[in-house]
Amino acid sequence: MSSHDHLASSRAERLKRAAGISSNRLVATEHAVQLLEAVIEPGDRVCIEGNNQKQADFLARCIAQTDPSRVRGLHLVQSVLALPEHIDLIERGQVERIDFSFSGPQAGRLARLVENKKITIGAIHTYLELFARYFVDLTPRIALIAAQAADREGNLYTGPNTEDTPAIVEATAFKGGIVIAQVNEIVDRLPRVDIPADWVNFFIKAPTPHYIEPLFTRDPALISEIQVLMGMIAIKGLYAEYGIKRLNHGIGFDTAAIELLLPTYAAELGLRGKICTHWALNPHPTLIPAIESGFVKSVHCFGSEVGMERYTSARPDIFFVGADGSMRSNRAFSQAAGHYACDLFIGSTLQIDLDGNSSTATLDRIAGFGGAPNMGADARGRRHASPAWLRAGREAQHGAGMPRGKKLVVQIVETFREHMQPTFVERLDAWELSRTANMELPPVMIYGDDLTHVITEEGIANLLLCRSPDEREQAIRGVAGYTPVGMARDARMVENLRDRGIIRRAEDLGIRKRDATRDLLAARSIKDLVRISGGLYDPPAQFRNW
Amino acid sequence: MSYFEASARTRILGLVDAGTFQEFCPPEMRQTSPHLARLDAPLSFDDGVAVGRARLSGHRILIAAQEGRFNGGSVGEVHGAKIRGLLDRAMTERPSAVLLLIDSGGVRLHEANAGLIAISEIMRALLRIQAAGIPAFALVGGASGAFGGMGIVTRLCNEVIMSEQGRLSLSGPEVIETVKGVEEFDSKDRALVWRVTGGKLRRAQGEATRLVEDSIPAFRAAAKELMESHFLHPLAEKSLHDLLEDQERLSERSIEFSDARDGQAVWDARLSDSSRVPEIDCEEFNRRLLAK
Amino acid sequence: MEKFTLTLKSVPAESLRTALCGVVSSGNLEVLVEHHGVEDACEIEVSTSAHGFRDIWEAVLNDFAREHKAGGLRLSINDAGATPAVVSLRLSQAFEIAGAP
Repeated sequence: MSSHDHLASSRAERLKRAAGISSNRLVATEHAVQLLEAVIEPGDRVCIEGNNQKQADFLARCIAQTDPSRVRGLHLVQSVLALPEHIDLIERGQVERIDFSFSGPQAGRLARLVENKKITIGAIHTYLELFARYFVDLTPRIALIAAQAADREGNLYTGPNTEDTPAIVEATAFKGGIVIAQVNEIVDRLPRVDIPADWVNFFIKAPTPHYIEPLFTRDPALISEIQVLMGMIAIKGLYAEYGIKRLNHGIGFDTAAIELLLPTYAAELGLRGKICTHWALNPHPTLIPAIESGFVKSVHCFGSEVGMERYTSARPDIFFVGADGSMRSNRAFSQAAGHYACDLFIGSTLQIDLDGNSSTATLDRIAGFGGAPNMGADARGRRHASPAWLRAGREAQHGAGMPRGKKLVVQIVETFREHMQPTFVERLDAWELSRTANMELPPVMIYGDDLTHVITEEGIANLLLCRSPDEREQAIRGVAGYTPVGMARDARMVENLRDRGIIRRAEDLGIRKRDATRDLLAARSIKDLVRISGGLYDPPAQFRNW
Repeated sequence: MSYFEASARTRILGLVDAGTFQEFCPPEMRQTSPHLARLDAPLSFDDGVAVGRARLSGHRILIAAQEGRFNGGSVGEVHGAKIRGLLDRAMTERPSAVLLLIDSGGVRLHEANAGLIAISEIMRALLRIQAAGIPAFALVGGASGAFGGMGIVTRLCNEVIMSEQGRLSLSGPEVIETVKGVEEFDSKDRALVWRVTGGKLRRAQGEATRLVEDSIPAFRAAAKELMESHFLHPLAEKSLHDLLEDQERLSERSIEFSDARDGQAVWDARLSDSSRVPEIDCEEFNRRLLAK
Repeated sequence: MEKFTLTLKSVPAESLRTALCGVVSSGNLEVLVEHHGVEDACEIEVSTSAHGFRDIWEAVLNDFAREHKAGGLRLSINDAGATPAVVSLRLSQAFEIAGAP
């Protein structure tokens, strides 16, 4: 007789094995390793929560201390492999396969493990894609998650850094899995319940608070004049032109410059209320001046940012804030918002080829994607209109065929990176990486057919208006400056593209390069941001000079 | 306009009366460093310092400004000779004051002995003009601060005008960490670095005589006011008794704060209210300092 | 340091005075603008810490000489690895300061 509750009975057996360790859901810190050995079975799919912000770092350390003869053959299904312990677990031979999104600081170690055939990569996903697979074919059996606090029953408060937790827990708890939470503190009464106790099997007080990386803090002091110039070009030549109200920004200094130019340069152009009102964005400290000057109406966040907790709490009209007064973030929802509800994505990259494909992969690192591709791609399922979306659609179709809109997907880059590395290349390093790492696809961040504009210090190339692959290539070469790709341009054709407004230089937009000074930035230091926030922003020590 | 962000030349132009700056040894003379050239390192046409004469509020002054972004404002042989030459010139020109816009990590390591000698010559020349009744003001508010030999030069000046962003010390934070370990001093903890070397600490200790906001006009206003006060009350040579009293005060201070591990202890002792000191503006800081 | 001098045709400058622009720090450069004898040519002397980019320098400087009235000027550059974007910006700034009345 076939059983219909294999998952439930397996969970019951696992919980029975753990019964000796904890009589209720609370597990003593020193028994964490023992708990993991009791509930994990060989071959389990395991998700160790973490992304480029918060990390279930204590549970990651614990699983890397389990007995390899008991905890083995694991299939890791998680957003990032960013902690040394994630890689340690692989090196100890306890993992057979990984499906993930991003490996950041461990990218080099991971590349070596793949090369030495110590591990098989299922695929490198975008965040939303991986979350989607949690509900189809990569559902975790074990989820090791991180929360700010638990009450005695095991209800969890994630605080402003809710991030991936709801997606992971929902998939695991409702499909026969086991959810184990590390918490910073155990309290009698939580400010609010982010995850209900009956979705959580065990919770453990971690010896140290979970790690959070302040990844979205860009010190305005480090923004260059060239970045100011590119920001001016973006605002005048793109944001104003299309009337972009709903958008997502990358995390580079180029987009930080745009954020700091909104209350000054954009306001002088009369754009307050006309652009940049609604955002899917982490609480970037560099957005504070635009919020304070009334530019910004709403921001939904993937996660929080270290030091921004008091500020977001004090601005509930802008951010999504609970009844308890603290922000709630949600990576899955914000990614969906960035994909479907934003008219524009703008970000930076390391390499762009002549078809407009871009990649942040380099030869000896398997870094992965994170969330950019979800936002930097046309939303083919979108059906609601907005002026910016409709105009981009008209430009793309040259007025023919069934009317539909198009998302604006923009790369903002300097033609050369540091050490004179050209950003524009004939062939992406991603090809070579896919060969050496046995990947089925070259890791491309934004595909050329999704890319609509390229902004460099040389101006804007509007790829939507190009009528042939040849024109597209010359439009890219035309803003590639003095890189070999740029110098190999067909000068006559580029001039023709400029006459047709496909390439627009700063002077074509009425921007004087000498006006591009740091004086235009609404804040020129972290201290300025603190002052403009009314003392609500509390920057981490490494960003202070006071 | 931010003093911290401005170049040495922009600082001079913003500080002095418009159109009055006349540069000595200007860049077109190409008085560059022979040592850097021998090491095949990048040169600067002014070797990282601009010197000259100008007027401040009508008064004749001599002025030097170090460029903190060229090799950390470090003092090489030529760089040092330009400052020392300026001080020598003060003896004949008799300006109302000499302004030293210090932005330097100290001796240029590439030039070792020549740089050390240059700094000791600057110190001697500085004492000589003061003995002749010409006051010297140090202005400290750049990214490189005032460290090493230039930290000593700063303290030899009659007045020290600092912004919060300015730093004044002998050994730099990275040097201390390298020599004594990260437990002794974590140079990456920028908040700590500023609490221990920054303008607000130095003002509370009395080493800086003025604390101003980070703007060129604020530095100008302070320099002008101090110059006028020195004009009304010219320097008198200190008697042995005065010097001994100074020494006594310094000894007491070193005992008072011998256990202090953080600038906060100094603020606690010197300010009427020492809460949130890093966050308050200069006006509030100066008010709390006076109120004690 | 890699050093070279270029003499490029350029429309005679209208007015000019000696000027220094920029600072020699990592990724940055200084440009000294002075007179020199030949009215319809611009002499540019480059000293750079980044070796092997002479072709890019020549392209940047040719564009500068073509787009500005720089005849009769001598530009002397001390470079610490600036990108072409920064070089172009500094040249324009120096030219502007030198031309200012």
